[in-house]
Amino acid sequence: MNWIHKDLLGVRDLSREEILFLLDTADSFRDISRRDIKKVPTLRGKTIITLFYEPSTRTRVSFEIAAKRLSADTINISTSSSSVVKGETLSDMGRNLQSMRPDVIVIRHNMPGAPHLLSKILDCSIINAGDGAHEHPTQALLDLFTMREKKETLDGLKIAIVGDIAHSRVARSNIFALKKFNTEITCCAPPTMIPPGLEELGVSVTDRLGEAVVDKDVIMMLRIQKERGGTSYIPSIREYSSFYCLSEEHVGLARKDVIIMHPGPMNRGVEISDRVADGAFSVILDQVENGVAVRMAVLYLLSGGES
Amino acid sequence: MERVLLDEKSVERSIIRITHEILEKNQGSKNLSLIGIRTRGIFLAKRIREKISQIENREMPVGVLDITMYRDDIGMLKTPEVKKTDIPFTVNGMTIVLVDDVLHTGRTIRAAIDAIMDLGRPARIQLAVLVDRGLRELPIQPNYTGILYTAAPEEEVSVKLREIDGKDEVVLSTST
Amino acid sequence: MTILIKNGRLVDPASDRDERVDILIKGDSVEKIGKKLSGAGAERIIDAEGLVVAPGLIDVHTHLREPGFEWKETIRTGTMAAAKGGFTSVVCMANTDPVNDNKAVTEYIMERARAQGVVRVFPCGAVTKGLKGEDLSEMGEMHASGAVAISDDGKSVGNAQLFLKAMEYAHLFNLAIICHCEEETLSHGFVHEGHASLLSGLDPVPSLAEEIVARRDIALAAYVNSPVHLTHISTAGTVRIVREEKARFPKVTADTCPHYFTLTEEATLAYDTSTKVNPPLRSAADVAAIKEGLRDATIDMIATDHAPHDAISKDVEFNLASSGISGLETALALSLALVEEGVLDLKSLLRKMTANPARLLNLPFGQVVAGAPADLIIFSDKAEWTVDKDAFLSKGKNTPFHGMKVRGKNLMTIVAGRIVYTDPEFK
Repeated sequence: MNWIHKDLLGVRDLSREEILFLLDTADSFRDISRRDIKKVPTLRGKTIITLFYEPSTRTRVSFEIAAKRLSADTINISTSSSSVVKGETLSDMGRNLQSMRPDVIVIRHNMPGAPHLLSKILDCSIINAGDGAHEHPTQALLDLFTMREKKETLDGLKIAIVGDIAHSRVARSNIFALKKFNTEITCCAPPTMIPPGLEELGVSVTDRLGEAVVDKDVIMMLRIQKERGGTSYIPSIREYSSFYCLSEEHVGLARKDVIIMHPGPMNRGVEISDRVADGAFSVILDQVENGVAVRMAVLYLLSGGES
Repeated sequence: MERVLLDEKSVERSIIRITHEILEKNQGSKNLSLIGIRTRGIFLAKRIREKISQIENREMPVGVLDITMYRDDIGMLKTPEVKKTDIPFTVNGMTIVLVDDVLHTGRTIRAAIDAIMDLGRPARIQLAVLVDRGLRELPIQPNYTGILYTAAPEEEVSVKLREIDGKDEVVLSTST
Repeated sequence: MTILIKNGRLVDPASDRDERVDILIKGDSVEKIGKKLSGAGAERIIDAEGLVVAPGLIDVHTHLREPGFEWKETIRTGTMAAAKGGFTSVVCMANTDPVNDNKAVTEYIMERARAQGVVRVFPCGAVTKGLKGEDLSEMGEMHASGAVAISDDGKSVGNAQLFLKAMEYAHLFNLAIICHCEEETLSHGFVHEGHASLLSGLDPVPSLAEEIVARRDIALAAYVNSPVHLTHISTAGTVRIVREEKARFPKVTADTCPHYFTLTEEATLAYDTSTKVNPPLRSAADVAAIKEGLRDATIDMIATDHAPHDAISKDVEFNLASSGISGLETALALSLALVEEGVLDLKSLLRKMTANPARLLNLPFGQVVAGAPADLIIFSDKAEWTVDKDAFLSKGKNTPFHGMKVRGKNLMTIVAGRIVYTDPEFK
């Protein structure tokens, strides 16, 4: 398969075949991280810039490790330490970076469409590491990679996604990606956190966690942002967790070989109990490992070919 | 325009001879392992392993190597597809025999050597090829050769193997 | 100056005329309309063969940005854009800097318009001081200085009691009351709450935010028997509300803008900030309802809500971009598409842009009859052209229609008997 995309702005832009191709490629790259010499010369001499307008240690580190294991040079820009504080617009930042001829820019931003804006200005490849509530494509890809690895196939899976769906880019990306396969998805959240018309995406919706998890192959818990507590969405984090925290009882309602996922970082005791997070069904740490492999595959496919 | 350089029986004879040469040079199969380079090198390596196991009565490990990540021409192509590398043994202290179907410029072997070096420290690396068609661009030489045929630049030497192409044959073709 | 326009198809909704006639203009008024008029003594004879002659269009909703935001537009550039678009009168909104909430600013605008303006400018004063929604503005003095309407456009008047009093008070001066309907606490988003927002992840605004205020504003007006005009209506719900309420209370009028019957929410999927507008682009069902509302006269007028912005304020993330479309120069072509689609006939369309606005604002314009002021346009309803934002006379190049092929082009604009715009390829 010929990879034709210059950017990765969203999984919604990828076909089912392209996603599978990407996952297969990631499989090969995962072995690199498991051997002594965790490096291949594949992207030697390429410059990869991570531009993070929102704080995030794990995603940024994951991209940085992925890039370095491919022998690329990495530069990290995060808002607090850069000219953004001085009021530089995203477009100007983009144009300035362009003059330094990077090969890839990985951007995380708190507003949807920010990567798209850069993509219009810049010739290099743009990877969306999360843009507001829109998408977080590499997260969905590593989630699918994990599911496929544990369940052998994505078709036929029954998945529950639980949490603040309305504001979650992880939920959106996963829904877009999983609907390209033959999957059944149930979204679960308090009604205030379900966007109207969500069923149009081909998912079913419930506000009861006990119903959502029944008979599922995969339960994906989303992080609840503490800022939403005490607002018009939920009265408090405490009340939220009393109804929506995933416990061992809930896990017992799912299939015997269910896997529990979480994009991290977890709020232990809020959306997921300690025992479930560290329990036998949890694949949360696999997700992290797979994240590096998937990001290596993405970096390779976007920048490995002829410019 | 096509010309057969090696027919089915000749391919088989070359593999048998190469096998014996490997065993002779290494005085047996101790600390020996084969690594086939994708794609056809793998089938050749497996056949060599079969024959060794008949002669020495030992199972030898065979590894599969995809050299895409080590290519020197990545920025010049449509991104080549990366396939799995599977080397289920340690290379440290081993005698590795790299197996490929055609040796031409030498760049593939250069990449393969770099890939193996990133896996550990082999005692030595040797190279077995079915066809050496000359026109080297790097100073690389095979230890074991099926047939040496110095082809002109516009000529193409291709190896067909029954596992994947339905028959065993080495063909020379010229685009006219 | 005496001008003879011959062989044109005169479509004048006010006098219910649609026929091939000649028009003689003398000084600042229409002297005579008839067949085969003599051009003797005319300094200009214009052959309008194959073209439409109509009253100059009247825009009840424009932003001229002066005073305070002259880098986005000035009265001069805005009126030049208006003239090019076929508008001979524009009502300019009060959200300038300083806000037009007193006679000093109103007089400033009138004076700048006299000196620099190319078409007639009628200020719309603010309802509340500073647009803060707290105290009534000095409407009487603004009216005396030339204001024809009041509106806090850009926002709603949140305080119902205050708006009620404003409507009562405005009655003294016969000022039109123009309502921007938006419940602020429901509209902390940037696009319509619908299928597109589900895909794009942009914060959504439900149609409800417009509809509950539309109902409220009409109820307030009905209570004090005041005429009320809802501007830039965009949802099926609002159309339904206006239709229902009009049956009981005929003093309700409404306008919509070309983008609400030309584009849907899908246009926002690529995060193109030129599609960011308030109210936002709506769903296909809303667009269909708007067209139906135009067809059955629920919607009385088409306005532009011309909102010019500088490139920088649109060259940012969608959330941060300024809202608005620079619409004066594309309104006519986009509106003529309704005639092509069979939604309206030409006379009904033009009525919504001439006679009806004139009636709302109590102005003696919007008609072509003998004795009336000579505000006319000559346009081709067949000419095809491609929208080119860089060719706009407005400083605002922010349009989602750039590159679009459209049909219908204004070729000449005459205000008070003077030719203020001629298309370079005409004559």
